[in-house]
Amino acid sequence: MNGKTIVIGVIGSDVHAVGNKIIDYALTNAGFNVVNVGVLSTQEDFINAAVETNADCILISSLYGHGELDCQGIREKCDEAGLKDILLYIGGNIVVGKQDFKDVEERFKKLGFNRVYPPGVKIEAGIEDLKKDLEIKQ
Amino acid sequence: MNEGYLLIDFGSTYTKLTLVDIKQELIIATSKAITTVETNIMDGFNKAFHLLKQKYDEKEIKIIKKLACSSAAGGLKMVTIGLVPELTVEAGKRAALGAGARVLKTYSYEITSDEINEIKQMQVDIILLSGGTDGGNKEIIIHNAEKIAKHFQSIPIILAGNKCAHDEIREIFNTHKIKYQVTQNVMPRLNEINVLPVREKIRELFMKNIIRSKGMDHAEDFIDGILMPTPAAVLKASEILSKGTDKQDGIGDLIVVDIGGATTDVHSLADGYPTKAGINLKGLKEPFAKRTVEGDLGMRYSALALLEASGEKMIKDYLSLENIKEKCSFLHQHINFVPKKEEDIAFDEALAKVATKLAINRHVGHIEIAYTPLGEVYNQYGKDLLEVNYIIGTGGVLVHSRNPDDILKEGLFSKQEPTLLKPKNPMFKIDKQYILSAMGLLAYDLPDCAYRMMKKYIIDKWEDS
Repeated sequence: MNGKTIVIGVIGSDVHAVGNKIIDYALTNAGFNVVNVGVLSTQEDFINAAVETNADCILISSLYGHGELDCQGIREKCDEAGLKDILLYIGGNIVVGKQDFKDVEERFKKLGFNRVYPPGVKIEAGIEDLKKDLEIKQ
Repeated sequence: MNEGYLLIDFGSTYTKLTLVDIKQELIIATSKAITTVETNIMDGFNKAFHLLKQKYDEKEIKIIKKLACSSAAGGLKMVTIGLVPELTVEAGKRAALGAGARVLKTYSYEITSDEINEIKQMQVDIILLSGGTDGGNKEIIIHNAEKIAKHFQSIPIILAGNKCAHDEIREIFNTHKIKYQVTQNVMPRLNEINVLPVREKIRELFMKNIIRSKGMDHAEDFIDGILMPTPAAVLKASEILSKGTDKQDGIGDLIVVDIGGATTDVHSLADGYPTKAGINLKGLKEPFAKRTVEGDLGMRYSALALLEASGEKMIKDYLSLENIKEKCSFLHQHINFVPKKEEDIAFDEALAKVATKLAINRHVGHIEIAYTPLGEVYNQYGKDLLEVNYIIGTGGVLVHSRNPDDILKEGLFSKQEPTLLKPKNPMFKIDKQYILSAMGLLAYDLPDCAYRMMKKYIIDKWEDS
């Protein structure tokens, strides 16, 4: 255990459960304390969980293309809930169609995300970033 | 000579006695008298005891133990403090309700000076302080502990929050010489609820401190113990009836509806997991034994509040009547009114139907439909009680009604409101002899005897000769 708590889940009307379980498994194995709010989760579900568990990062999955809509205003709500500098990560199929990922990343960074992942990225890459961002010694 | 248990319920209005022959497992006699908490609680008790003695032969049965529960002097009044309203605040509230407390109000996040003043006005018996999962947020609960320590030296506190904050809070409480008890976190992990340790602590405090502060210590000389608040005894009895004991199987999932003058209590004994496939369970997990209290649904003191909650239209569904508001005000002012005339009885039954319907609607879980690109998906919040075996009714209006089943039917699943997970095909039973709270007390010493007696008197409707 590295003492860091990560809230994970699938946002919006999205029921993709398999990847969620894989992320849970991989992060737990990597030593994180994982709090999984599961599929079909609202922004409030993520934020409430992060407040009670004093989480270090919220890692959001979105597989059905509506990620951008579902995440509007989440950084502001985190600020409002007292989660001042919490890390926000997102990954999956976060937009519809073939879009230039540079644009997509920029739009999600504007929404307040610290890390944005395109489709096909392995969870190990996310774990490396988490270790860097949370200053966990290897 | 047979041995008997005397079981006593110091109620808010009546002190009720039940004498049980524990060998033959029979109710020998019952009696009641007005509760006298203003003078000496034993006055009312002695009056009831005197009445009881006329109903049985003292040579036939020897009372070997006297156990009591109490909701006199306003019951056990609590406030609970947590962190997020949907999470630790809700978990704390459920734990307190399950312990038979009246939860006057709940507080979330950092409590303010205004809220402290509000709590001061309420004369609470116990404050429950929680917040944060284990290893989670410490900051808020420590802030709240400091506030409490400064302002409430005399109220006992139960601390059941993030275990990582407990050491620091202990220091704060010790410095301020606060009376407190520490127990396990009421929500150790996200959405996981842990109500039993808190319930047990509340019961301990109730026995040790609260009885004395309510002027009931006179009773302690004569009685072996005032074990718990009355609603906790009802919940205990229901739990034994549902789950059984070490030696006997219970009767399975059930709901108890208790319609009183001021409140309507609903107890459900069921896990409440989804009974249909493909449903996601959302939100905080529910305790197996769950109690909810509707402070605005009652037959007398709360009759006006009931009207406000239901609206005239809903009462008119059961009874066509013009002066509904007047009738409700009358009942609100005459809390000891006993209906004799046909129209008054009919009005009481209409109110009871409304109370049952609304209280069960609020108690059971519901389904929310989410429309996704993959079609409709279903989320369940709260307990699925569709397949519950029994609805058991207690409380004056149900016990004395000629058609109690008609009242309890209001708790059934309805096609008009298909998302409310109410029982579809339960059997209706009535606690005719008013023994549930007494059996909860008896169950503390003799669970098997209590189980068999409830089965005999409530489920199999065994009539006393």
